[in-house]
Order: sequence, then structure tokens, then C-alpha cells
Amino acid sequence: MPTNVRRAAVIGGNRIPFARANAAYARASNSDMLTATLDGLVARFGLAGERIGEVVAGAVLKHSRDFNLTREAVLGSRLSPATPAYDVQQACGTGLEAAILVANKIALGQIDSGIAGGVDTASDAPIAVNDDLRRLLVALNGARSLSARLKILGGLRPGQIVPEIPRNAEPRTGLSMGEHAAITAAEWSIGRAEQDELAAASHRNLAAAYDRGFFDDLVTPYLGLTRDANLRPDASADKLAKLRPVFGSGPDATMTAGNSTPLTDGAALVLLGSDEWAAEHRLPVLAHVVDAETAAVDHVHGRDGLLTAPVHAVPRLLERNGLRLQDFDFYEIHEAFASTVLATLKAWEDPAFAKERLGLDAPPGSIDRSRLNVAGSSLAAGHPFAATGGRIVATLAKLLHEKAATGGPARGLISICAAGGQGVVAILEAGR
Amino acid sequence: MSNDLFRDLSNSPVAARLGIPRVPVLRRYEPGQPLLAGPALVGAVGAGRFAKAVSALVEDAGGTVLDAPGDEKIAAVVLDATGARTITDLASVQAFLTPAVRRLAPSGRLLLLGPEPDGTDAEAAAVAQALEGLVRSAGKEVRAGATANLLVVAADAVPAAVDSSVRFFLSARSAYVDGQVVRIDVPVGPAVDPAGMDAPVDRVRPLAGRVAVVTGAARGIGAAIADTLARDGASIVAVDVPAAGEALAAVANRTGGTALQLDITADDAAARLPAYLRDRHGGVDIVVHNAGITRDKLLANMDPERWNAVLAVNLAAQLRINDALLADDRVLRGAGRIVCVSSQSGIAGNRGQTNYAASKAGVIGMVRALAPRFAERGATINAVAPGFIETEMTARMPLGTREAGRRVNSLRQGGLPVDVAETVGWLGQAETGGVNGQVVRVCGQSILGA
Repeated sequence: MPTNVRRAAVIGGNRIPFARANAAYARASNSDMLTATLDGLVARFGLAGERIGEVVAGAVLKHSRDFNLTREAVLGSRLSPATPAYDVQQACGTGLEAAILVANKIALGQIDSGIAGGVDTASDAPIAVNDDLRRLLVALNGARSLSARLKILGGLRPGQIVPEIPRNAEPRTGLSMGEHAAITAAEWSIGRAEQDELAAASHRNLAAAYDRGFFDDLVTPYLGLTRDANLRPDASADKLAKLRPVFGSGPDATMTAGNSTPLTDGAALVLLGSDEWAAEHRLPVLAHVVDAETAAVDHVHGRDGLLTAPVHAVPRLLERNGLRLQDFDFYEIHEAFASTVLATLKAWEDPAFAKERLGLDAPPGSIDRSRLNVAGSSLAAGHPFAATGGRIVATLAKLLHEKAATGGPARGLISICAAGGQGVVAILEAGR
Repeated sequence: MSNDLFRDLSNSPVAARLGIPRVPVLRRYEPGQPLLAGPALVGAVGAGRFAKAVSALVEDAGGTVLDAPGDEKIAAVVLDATGARTITDLASVQAFLTPAVRRLAPSGRLLLLGPEPDGTDAEAAAVAQALEGLVRSAGKEVRAGATANLLVVAADAVPAAVDSSVRFFLSARSAYVDGQVVRIDVPVGPAVDPAGMDAPVDRVRPLAGRVAVVTGAARGIGAAIADTLARDGASIVAVDVPAAGEALAAVANRTGGTALQLDITADDAAARLPAYLRDRHGGVDIVVHNAGITRDKLLANMDPERWNAVLAVNLAAQLRINDALLADDRVLRGAGRIVCVSSQSGIAGNRGQTNYAASKAGVIGMVRALAPRFAERGATINAVAPGFIETEMTARMPLGTREAGRRVNSLRQGGLPVDVAETVGWLGQAETGGVNGQVVRVCGQSILGA
């Protein structure tokens, strides 16, 4: 039984370029993409035939046949088939939560190495029969005689043929994620121009990161795609300002297809391990996982917006670690919508909110915006729900490693909002 | 069915009746295969120092050694002519070879060991050179996939210095290496402990324990080099441009190696590659500079972009990485082996390829210039120059050009990527320290540039 807790190391990552839905990966399943991403990771770190402690991943949009998605991907990969795996699902928090789970097991000494992340396809989405038809078919399957079967089939009605298509909507409110975000944007008076500027910066930063070779050891091309298909290197706030709003209504509608993430296909994984495991395999330690926190808010009846749980999670995480919001070299705030990032930052700056809602004497305050999403984020890269956590963890770990190589210790904050009113946040450090 | 339809048809009974010359199916290496498919005839002219060692090598590999041709087919004829100094000796060479080549088996081997020309004795120098003419002509005469090659051995090289080369040229690994003259010197590096030479070398995995980096490894000849070196026991670091990452990962995973997505022409590539090799693999033993591109255009229509792109990948990147390997003594480990892929175009020239041929000829110049510098480090640098090799690239050539390219060599067919890879593997062995600054063509004795 281990007695000492050790910090899990982020060794590296791999993802496939993210594709717009129904485009480059239209014929690829979650299983295909996750397996390819796993094989890219195996190749990058020379893990062919290796038994890894465990592989943890998930998908948000998932076929019922993919009940053991991650284990099946392991069996289809070059990893040793003796590598165990399990699936997790926490909406857009899936990838980061998976990394936290693996890091915690490493910290406790239960495993020495692990792979975490996720995959999603909006192209190969599961379409189910509607509940009425499903009940009828289950009954049909259980019927013992021909007459019983005919009787059941006699109850078939045209309306039952209409399939259930997964919707990007909250089950308890019926509102889409964008409609929820628009409510929060209006509440915090997030303007159109600042949203467009944030989106343009995301494209600019992602393109610059590609150009300097930053992703050479983070991305493996897939099905002919070598860069994220959503990336527009020439995007500018002026061009984005020409787009028509798609969420919200009236003159206050500010959210467009340009400052919201598109439906995306892709997969991302990170390799974690103990320092000893990394050294034994001559692998680098990019950063360590310091701590993590998950918060949830009542977006159904309460006063909180659907995507605002990180607003609560981060102050709790800071307090536990004796840190201020300003004590970070990099901030990775998932860009579900530009307005979500801006509302989050604004909430942390608001004294009244801090006092009334966060229970703090003083607000966490502002951040140095030049440290935010410096290698681009979801607005430019796209957002295959469960893959975003893996993308961000690997990106931030490499940024911290680069900084620590030249400028001493470095620390980074990850904040990911998720459906269901949840938010997953974490701290990584390098050079300490 | 190969992709050489003419070769397949030429081996049919109908073709034989029509008198169409048969294109031989070459014997190629497979793990577990005996060194030779039949007996070897080994002889010496004058005071040969190597005949005994070659006989021992063949017998050690489970083969039979004859001292005179009998009725059976002979898989290999080896003549140690290192002692040949006079016209009379040369007549003895002919007397030995003539009955022997009559009995040479399909995919047979004619291998001569000759002396280095003696500058003080005109007749001896003439005789040494005469052997080249003899071997090159014999290469054009022998049939059914047989080859003829000459090893020119330095006067002070011990017999063990030629072993790995003799083994390569006798084996099926050298299927498409024909009409070549390779000079073998005293091996570079610290003198090998004779007791250590008795240690059993892993003949099945001669590269076991060695780390090999292969650039341009995602497909074609580079992928074959990675596969072949891995088969021979090396740990593979497969390098290619990030855009080729998907195919590269497949090569890395099937060889049990690692993939490094790196544009070798990037400003920091010559720093990143050695640092990566040091950190991740504790250094490197074999560096294969294979990455290459073509941007064909007649000289009259050449633009700086095409010219510069080809020179950057095919030559400048190799120069910078080699400089980095020489500058940092923590990267290239003992018995380091650098193998650069040149091209027949760099020797013979090719219409529309002034840029490509310049880069590939440049590689030869680089290899010759750097050989003494790597030798100081106990390492070697050599070039392989492929002729017409059946790849995706040649498969896209127009039929006429492709057919012509395939047939203008002594073996009347194109080579396979694995033929280049086997040659790289031989030059990559620690035992091949006597071969340095050489250019070995893998061309089936092409008439182009010969």
C-alpha cells in the first residue's frame, strides 16, 4: 500500500487535427479516431507492445455499440492488449476529468503510467428510434406467439418512425447551449466587438503556433488533414464583425458562428506517468498535475448560467493551493463561446459577485490577457466535446515546459465549462 | 505477381518459345535463409591473405566450400586476387574464373578481392586496375540474376576487416548490387580486440542494440530502410515532415520504433534532432539521410523555388545535421555509421533534374570530404546511389520511360526499395568500419553513368 502521494507528470500528447462536422472525418467513427490517436501517441513515445497502467477516455455523442469504446480502441491499437481501459463521460469536461482520474491514480501509486483523453464525432452521431417505437420493438422481441407479434405490430403508428436525433440542448431547459450562453452574455453585458476580438486572437494564436512548429509533436495528421480544418489564419475582428448573430435575439444578439465553436470531429489524448516511469522510458516530463477541482451550478432553477461553473471552481482551487488568480504564466480557458470566456473573466473581476456568490471579501481580479490561450483554443481549433480536455492539457504542458526551459518555474490554469452546469479546472506546473 | 509485368511474362513457357530474353527473378534475403543456396568455390592467385578467411566464413554459415569446380552449380565464386601483381597472375585469374562462371547458379555471386594499386610498381598497379575491367565485364556476361563485384582491399587490412562485406556481397541481401568496386581500408575506430572478434555475433540480427534514425521514413525507400534495419535488430527513429505523420506513425509502430515529425530543413532541425536522439535514446549509432524530394524542370525553365527546395532537403539539411553530429560528441556513439542516399542521377545526370542531380552529386562530394573527419571519431560516412527502384514514384512514370529505365542494366529489371535498404544495413553494421567515404550503387549495374 503506497503511503506517499507523488505528482503525476504530463509526458506528452497526441491529437488528430480537428475537422468540421460532416467533412474530412465524415466516415470516421469515434472508435476509428480514438484508435488512430492512440497509435499516433504510441508511435511518438515508442510504446508499441507496451503495457500501460490504464487508458481512460470517453465520448459525449456515443453509439450504444461503443459501450467499451476505450478498451476496444486499445485492442485495435499497437499497445499491449494487457492494457486495461475504461470510459468516462462528463460532457465537455470528459477529457480533463479523465486526465485527473489517471493523474490521481498515478499520484497514489496505483499505476505508473496512463493515457487519458476523449473523442467525439458530430458526423457519425448516434441516431436512435424514438421511445414509443423502442418500447414496441422491445415488446415484439419478447412476444412468444405469432398472434402476439401481429397484435404488437398492429399498434405501429407513423409518428413512431421519426428517429431521435441527438440535440445540442439541455434536457431540463430545452435550450441549446448557445441560447444558454446568450443569456449569460446578456447578463454580463458582453459586447459583440470583444467577442469577435477574442475569436480573432484564437485563430491568430493557433496559426502562429502551427507556423512555429509548436504542434509538430502534439498532432498527427489523419485522413489527409494536417491542420485543424476550422482554422482561419486570416481571421480578423473586422471580418468576424460581418457575420449575422445566430444565438440570442433582438439588437442585443451578439453571438455568431464566428465567435461560437462549430460542431467538430476529433480526438485527443495525453500520456501521464510517474517521474520514475518517464525516466525509465527516457521520456520527457513536460509538467506536473498539481490539483484539480470540479464545480456544478444550478442552471435550471438557480441564478447561474449553464457554462459558469468554472467561475466557482477556480476560486476554490486557488484557495486550497494558496494561490492568487494572478499567479499563473498561462491561462487555458476553453472557448465554448467567446462570450463564455469573457463572462467568466468579468465575473472574477466583480466585487459584488465575489461577495454575494463566491463568498469572498475581494474578487479574484483580472488576468493578464496576453497569457490567455496563447496557442489558440476552441474557437479556432474546433471543439469535439470530449477531445478538448486532452488538447488543452497537452498544449499547456508544452507551453509550461518551454517557459520553464528558459525562464524558471511556470504555472498554468485550465478551465473547462461543461453541459449540465458543470466545470472542471486544474493547475499544471513545470520546473518545480 | 510483381509490378513488373514484362518480367513475369518473360518467365512463361510461351516467352521462352518466342525467344524473348528471360528477366530473372532475383534471390532476396529472408530471415533464416542460408548465406548461399549452394556450394562456394574459393580460390587465390598469388599470396592471397583472404581466401582462408572467406572459406571459414562460408563454412561457419553452414555452406560448402569447393577448391575446384565439379559438375554441380556453384552459388558463389570467390577469388582472392589480392596477391596478383603481374600479367602472369592475371592469366591465372582468367584460368580460375573461366570454368567457374560456366557453372554459376541463378542469382550466383562472382566476388573478387583485389589489391589496391601500388604506386611504385606500374605492372602491379595495372593489374589491380585490370581487375575492375574484368569484373565489370563479367557483370554484364553472367546470367540469371548473378552479379559480379570487386572488393579492393588495403594492404594493411586484416582478414576480419572484409568479413561483413564478403558476407553482404555473397548473400541475397546484395541482389541488386552489381558491377561495383568497393574499397576496404583498415577499419576506423579503436583496434578491435582479437578475443572480442571470437565472440558470437548475432548473424540473424546484426544491428541488435543499435539505434538507427532514418529521415524520409514515412514511405518508399525510407520506409523499407526502417523495416529492414528493424528486422536486423535496430531500434528505429523514423523521421519525416509533420504532414506525413500518419504514414510515419504506421512505420514507427510496425517496427516497434518511434516517430519524430520534423522538417529537417527547419532552422532549428539540426539542433533539435541531435538533442532528441540524446535525450530520448541516449545517442544514435546509425544515421540514414534518406529524405529527398524532386522538383523537375529543364534548366532553361528552372526557377529559384524549385532549385532551392531540392537543394535544401537533399543536401543542405544533410550537411547541417552532419556538422551537428561532429560538433557534439554526446550524440553519435561508438562505431557510428552515417549513410547518405545519393542517386544514379547524381552520377549520370538526368534530363530535367539539374537541381536533383546537383544535390545528389553534392551528397557524394560531402561524403568524401567528411569521411576522414568521421573516421577520427571512429565513425564512417558512405553513400548509396539507387538506380531505377520500383516505388510509387516510378509507378507514376510514363510506360515507355519506365520500361526503358528498368531494362538498361545487367539484371534487366528495376530494383526494389528493400535492395537499397539491405545495402544501407550492411554499411550500418559496426563490422563494416573498413568502408568509408565510398559510393555504392544499387542499380543492377546500370549502363547510365557507368
